[in-house]
Amino acid sequence: MVTCLGDLFYPEVGVRIVRLLRRLGVAVDFPAGQTCCGLPLFNSGYHAGAAAVARRTVPLFRDAEHVVVPSGSCAWMVKHEYPGLMGDPTLRAEAESLAARTYELSQFLVKVLGRTQFASALPGRVTYHDSCHLRRGLGESESPRAILRALDGAEFVELPGHDECCGFGGSFAVRLPEVSTSILDKKLANVEATGARCLVACDAGCLMQMGGGLRRRNSPVRAVHLAEVLEVDGR
Amino acid sequence: MSELSTPFRERAANALGDRFLQQALTIATTKFIDLRREAFEAFPEGEALRDRAREIKEATLQRLDHYLEQLIDNVERFGGRVHYADTAEDARRIILDIARRTGARLAVKSKSMATEEIDLNEALLHAGVTPVETDLGEYIIQLAHERPSHIIAPAIHKTKGQVAELFARELNRPVAADPEVLTRIARGALRQKFLEADLGITGANFAVASTGTVVLVTNEGNGRMVTSLPRVHVAVMGVEKVVPSMSDLVVFLAILAKSATGQKLSSYTTLVRGPRRAAELEGPEEFHLVLLDNGRVKQLAGTLREALSCLRCGACLNVCPVYRQIGGHAYGYTYPGPIGILLTAMLHGNGAVKDLAHASSLCGACMEACPVKIDIPRMLIELRKDNVEHAVAPGSERLVFRVFARLLTMPGLFRLAAPVARVLQRPFARDGAIRRLPLFFGEWTRSRDLPAVAGRTFSERWAELERESRS
Repeated sequence: MVTCLGDLFYPEVGVRIVRLLRRLGVAVDFPAGQTCCGLPLFNSGYHAGAAAVARRTVPLFRDAEHVVVPSGSCAWMVKHEYPGLMGDPTLRAEAESLAARTYELSQFLVKVLGRTQFASALPGRVTYHDSCHLRRGLGESESPRAILRALDGAEFVELPGHDECCGFGGSFAVRLPEVSTSILDKKLANVEATGARCLVACDAGCLMQMGGGLRRRNSPVRAVHLAEVLEVDGR
Repeated sequence: MSELSTPFRERAANALGDRFLQQALTIATTKFIDLRREAFEAFPEGEALRDRAREIKEATLQRLDHYLEQLIDNVERFGGRVHYADTAEDARRIILDIARRTGARLAVKSKSMATEEIDLNEALLHAGVTPVETDLGEYIIQLAHERPSHIIAPAIHKTKGQVAELFARELNRPVAADPEVLTRIARGALRQKFLEADLGITGANFAVASTGTVVLVTNEGNGRMVTSLPRVHVAVMGVEKVVPSMSDLVVFLAILAKSATGQKLSSYTTLVRGPRRAAELEGPEEFHLVLLDNGRVKQLAGTLREALSCLRCGACLNVCPVYRQIGGHAYGYTYPGPIGILLTAMLHGNGAVKDLAHASSLCGACMEACPVKIDIPRMLIELRKDNVEHAVAPGSERLVFRVFARLLTMPGLFRLAAPVARVLQRPFARDGAIRRLPLFFGEWTRSRDLPAVAGRTFSERWAELERESRS
């Protein structure tokens, strides 16, 4: 599942993931007909719309052994909210099956493939932002760190306030842009204090927020997806 | 408190521009967060107790009527009187009746959010009773004619310099911005009030059903003065604050102060059981317990039921990225922060939180910090959902989201979004980023670049990627 933001704004991330997974011996398919997981609808309270999206999305992945999502919040939506949105018991069972097969990328690499050793595609100091839905929603904070700590050619440093929100929050970012930006400014000050050249996150929403803020202030720091720091063709 | 006639977004923006507020908030919330974390790190059984506390709350809510009856019986057995207030107005009337009957002119108050909720101070003043807040923070904001901006730290929005200025104005002499000096001044002023007061008014952190005990958790000792010196003591508590037994109480006491201030226990835990009895040397002649419903009981079967487990520790405020930026007053109601949004909906209805329900990035820090693990984000989403379904949300927003939802269920049409966007973004995009957009999109680009829609989306590259695997 490539997600709407991944498809439109960060296609390179998806491409890298496909190539990386293939190199690791995984057969990758991209079922046609994907749009968005429906999280923006769900979080704003449009649950009928979110349910319609979920009911369309679930059958697309019927044949997949595992479903890999490059965004913690979208993975959370599928794993946490899809089953409850289904209504019909047969569909619900199918959504529960999808939920059990769905992984955010770092989880899939570490927990399913058992891989933490990668070469760095962007050598130098890296730091990591815990996306709220990945850390608190899915309880995942170790897998991305395991990969970043072991990253050959890079130095991983913890970000002060790493588990604090970046201020994205979906429609929150445009409903209350002043507050969202104030939260972001504190986050980026912490990022710049680490001296890292790459800020890694595993969520397209956070990357859009933090990357957009970094670019606006002409920062030398780049906000990148985990897949962008992993050397695709290396070991 | 910010005027409710100003839209929430503007109230929030004003708070962001207040340099003193920003300074005070950052210092205080950061300190609270660190203290709470250290307290639980040093208390390995904390996790299990949080779960236990949640179970007790849930079991109590299941049989709330039973425990309230038991509480009433036991308070009355020890000579106290219990009053049930359906609304804030009822509660005010009950308390004013007591004041009138006992001829009270001066009331000393221990910190209480329930009395803030019912606007008691204004009502007392109108009835000719002077209320004096005796908690230091409350004393400060009473002098400043403000309302609390935090559940446990009412003057959190003020720097010590601002407090010194306030005291200096009151005393007509210079005052040092030194917390010790300031506290000594307040103590001196309050001592006399304790001795003169006819009425002592408190809230209640808990009330134990099986013993009829009202429990106050405080740090300054003022709670003891308020409950023991005046002739009459009135305690006001939300009905959900009842706990079944003393052993249940212990579970809550073990986690409450740690969550609130990072203390193992607060300096004072005051247990009050009815008025002074024969042969006792201190305590009031009359003890009244006012049980406040004010929209709570209805939520036993409502969307906000979980919020009835709240201990009012304030931990969710300290960790909330929104609260940490804007402070409590911008929310505009008695209870600020994430839990405050839910309580505002409980007390004032969903219409009151049309905008406030969106004053959260749903980051989940509140639920993580909550001693009883209340799923605040889930209920905020439920409130948003109710507001969509009952057309409280703006019509334009509902239209946009309905169109968006349709688009997401029509992949053929969704695929056209990229080429259309590429045409539309042409005047705005430079080097793969957009710095400025018109209309609603400008809310994003005002402070952040937006990535441009890619020259070729992932979907558009998939056919090629598929061929790659065959070669």
